[in-house]
Amino acid sequence: MAKPVLIAAAAALAHAPGLIALGSKPAREIARDPSVAARIHANLRGFDAAVGYAPNQAFIGSVHPRAMGPRPHFNRILDGGQRFGPDGEIMPETEFLGLMALADQFKLIRLSPQLAQSSAEALMRHPLHDFFDPGKLRSAIGDPQVEVSRGAIPLHVTDTGIAGSLAAGHHEDTNLMAHVLAENLACKASGALALAHLLKLHDLDPASIDYVIGCSEEAVGDRYQRGGGNLGKAIAEMAGCVEASGADVKNFCAAPVPAIVIAASLVAAGVFRRVAVVGGGSLPKLGMKFEGHLKNSMPILEDSLGAVAALIGEDDGRSPVIRLDAIGRHRVKSGSSAEAIMDALVTAPLDQIGLKITSIDDYATELHNPELTEPQGSGNVPERNYRMLAAMAVRQKLIAREEIGRFVADHGMPGFAPTQGHVASAFCYLAHARRGLTDGGADRIMMMAKGSLFLGMMTGQSDGMSFILERNRG
Amino acid sequence: MFAGKKIIVIGERDGVASPAIAACLAATGCEVVLMATECFV
Repeated sequence: MAKPVLIAAAAALAHAPGLIALGSKPAREIARDPSVAARIHANLRGFDAAVGYAPNQAFIGSVHPRAMGPRPHFNRILDGGQRFGPDGEIMPETEFLGLMALADQFKLIRLSPQLAQSSAEALMRHPLHDFFDPGKLRSAIGDPQVEVSRGAIPLHVTDTGIAGSLAAGHHEDTNLMAHVLAENLACKASGALALAHLLKLHDLDPASIDYVIGCSEEAVGDRYQRGGGNLGKAIAEMAGCVEASGADVKNFCAAPVPAIVIAASLVAAGVFRRVAVVGGGSLPKLGMKFEGHLKNSMPILEDSLGAVAALIGEDDGRSPVIRLDAIGRHRVKSGSSAEAIMDALVTAPLDQIGLKITSIDDYATELHNPELTEPQGSGNVPERNYRMLAAMAVRQKLIAREEIGRFVADHGMPGFAPTQGHVASAFCYLAHARRGLTDGGADRIMMMAKGSLFLGMMTGQSDGMSFILERNRG
Repeated sequence: MFAGKKIIVIGERDGVASPAIAACLAATGCEVVLMATECFV
């Protein structure tokens, strides 16, 4: 059996404050009270502030999450923060709208001539311009104002009017309504951006990718098969992976971890040599907790789509190994308490290979940035998970009760991901983990994710999965 | 304190899930009429 390794990982943010109004929560609140739109608009932050935001720099690999400095982060600019980082970039909205239009093969997005031109010019200068052929933006030029008068939704509004629009794909199919396609195209475009960065940063031939597994949150489909489509192959096509086929893995926020386990299994079984796993950004979650930010006189920080790409391949003697003999899974019988979930995801797989909780250098879990969640009363999610893990270490007599704080600081990390569900569920740490296990001092890192299956009302269960990445000893 | 009462249980995925809260309440003689677990992220 071939030993599967994590060959590469990349991450990208698309700063898209203009798309916040299309987020699920803001859209509902604006429908109830149209004056909310102006309050949101007045509290957006600019691109420079988004680039200088320490958690965003951690997302693209410029700084480790433990080195972000003290909170609050939102009211300061991180020294040296740049648009491009070791693992990807933070893309401004004008370029991202162009990327969405390039992702749209059905000419549903229309851009004003000015927006199309400025976007194309910027994308021409982009290091990934070869992947996306910005010249094709000419065919997206139209009259968004007229399109909106005919029923399209506004995609980009400036002081002078509507500069971007998106029409429905079908007038009767609710799965192809404009707002659904906006979510799917934003996901496709941001996912393709992350995958293109992965290929470029690691000098990989797109044609060397055999399979692309999508693990995004969006449901692509039509009225006869809601959610039946896939973004994996659509993203593969956009990133030039001409030899790849693809499919999607769905599991609410937990999807990336089982997707990576499946990818590693395909490589281990010899079915494929190189499998990419890609999660694009979640448009519905933009501005999800905007009310908390407004209430606390903060800028609306959920203004960016997050995307991650990873490449799993055969052993190269250097890249971190994915231990398929120690996969944690939340079984039907496992139980739903936090302790039962942690037992299933952490203790059980470690027991299988004779390791202890303290044998793992870093745990990547739900890494949502608390600066986004706390103002709305949702608390510090990563810290709650790390304290539960530390409590289990105490119970197993691996550390003393007084050492809980130290354990959390050493084996955990502050949350740094936007509230983009699947991306925040360990996936965002993949590039850091790879670096720590190759050039850094880590020997083992566990990635674990949880998915709230009960939200879909088919079961009261949640789900979860974990895997261990280990330094390659050659 | 809970005996004879009708109780609505709201749990949280990253904290204490509702079935765990309901299990703790089982011995108190209350009736859990609604149980939901929420995800806040």
